[in-house]
Amino acid sequence: MEAIEFIAPKTVADAVAALAAKGDRARMLAGGTDVLVQLRSGRRRAELLIDAKSVPELNQMSYSPRQGLTLGAAVPCYRVYQDQKIAAAYPGLIDAASLIGSIQIQGRASIGGNLCNSAPSGDSIPAIIVLGGVCTVAGPGGKTREIPAEQFCTGPGRNVLQPGELLVSIHFPAPQANSGATYQRFIPRNEMDIAVAGVGASVVLDRTKRNFVSARISLASVAPIPVFAQKAAASLAGKPVSDATIEEAARLAMEDAKPITDMRGTIRQRIHLVGVLTRRTLQESIKRARGE
Amino acid sequence: MPGLVHVTTTINGNEVNFLCEPRQSLLECLRDVLGMTGTKEGCNDGNCGACTVMFDGRIVTSCLVLGVEAQGKEITTIEGLATPQGLHPMQQAFLEQAALQCGICTPGFIMASKALLDQEPDADEHRIRHWLAGNLCRCTGYDKIIRAVLQAEETMKASK
Repeated sequence: MEAIEFIAPKTVADAVAALAAKGDRARMLAGGTDVLVQLRSGRRRAELLIDAKSVPELNQMSYSPRQGLTLGAAVPCYRVYQDQKIAAAYPGLIDAASLIGSIQIQGRASIGGNLCNSAPSGDSIPAIIVLGGVCTVAGPGGKTREIPAEQFCTGPGRNVLQPGELLVSIHFPAPQANSGATYQRFIPRNEMDIAVAGVGASVVLDRTKRNFVSARISLASVAPIPVFAQKAAASLAGKPVSDATIEEAARLAMEDAKPITDMRGTIRQRIHLVGVLTRRTLQESIKRARGE
Repeated sequence: MPGLVHVTTTINGNEVNFLCEPRQSLLECLRDVLGMTGTKEGCNDGNCGACTVMFDGRIVTSCLVLGVEAQGKEITTIEGLATPQGLHPMQQAFLEQAALQCGICTPGFIMASKALLDQEPDADEHRIRHWLAGNLCRCTGYDKIIRAVLQAEETMKASK
């Protein structure tokens, strides 16, 4: 790795000022499990690393059944899944947090960092999207803006963050009654791999738990950005929970997948996987919504 | 050219001061700056787990932590496990089960396995294998390692 400077600011304003001064020669460092690998391999260059973990707002994790979950951008995966209340309220997020890398990686890597790395295969991103995550971004001049997670990524490794901007936190609304979410991916190994395809789903059922009120579906590793499969999700709204409605949503999700063929999988395999995983994540989300 | 940074940290219970460049990983600092070569370098990109150390109560791959991030932290390395009375039960079990061949992955496996049993004294084989997915061994085929961890589990439970 080339020589770099390292600072550990104590406030969002200081971090933003340092980012703004260095432009694209500065990078935020949360868990570092992507950034350090990219710098070492020369895929990214930086003159300045700014420690996200030293800023209190980026380290916060607060949950209440009414307010929902505010997850600081630098909170490592293990803190999310070790919190029993959060694990019970957001199992779909836990699915993703406990899939990312190894136990060692989960000790450092953050959900916010996974989003900012903006890999099409980022395991937590479909989970964030289907849970209705909204990103709080801070920028120069004390300005903040809020961005729905499905609008955050703009290309492989690229996102809406402008020079001088950083992700402060992601807010997840409180889970609704009779709702459930799931993330699953396909990898050829049991652990420690990058998704060939991944699907996140969330459902809200009515009081009888026999009909969909609404759903959200998001796909990983099948397009340049995580896909928000709106048509597939919308097809479920107001419909009964049945094999036929789930099958139709899976078919529509496959239409939204625009994968490439690469060393990890072919176009045909990935589209097939989207169908299988959409079915499975919907079924699991329904079980969770029913408390089964 | 950024200068050297002074880092104060705790390693194996002792306060340690060292100077490093911000680009240097904790792994480099342990091995090259402090001469603590028990922690091994394998892939240097977070895949193999050979450089696993305890870092504020969690196992991490020390190749993906910067030395400067160790400021004020509590670190345990493989050098911190044995006592004057003898090896840690995990180390002893790895020896008795011949759970190593070339030995490069061994300190990482021992640190990761000990961390698991410290928090889950009754972990079953499936849990152990899942926990150790981030540690790669190209020699043993893993079965001997799993046997060693299960043996250490019995020893550690018996000594409580």
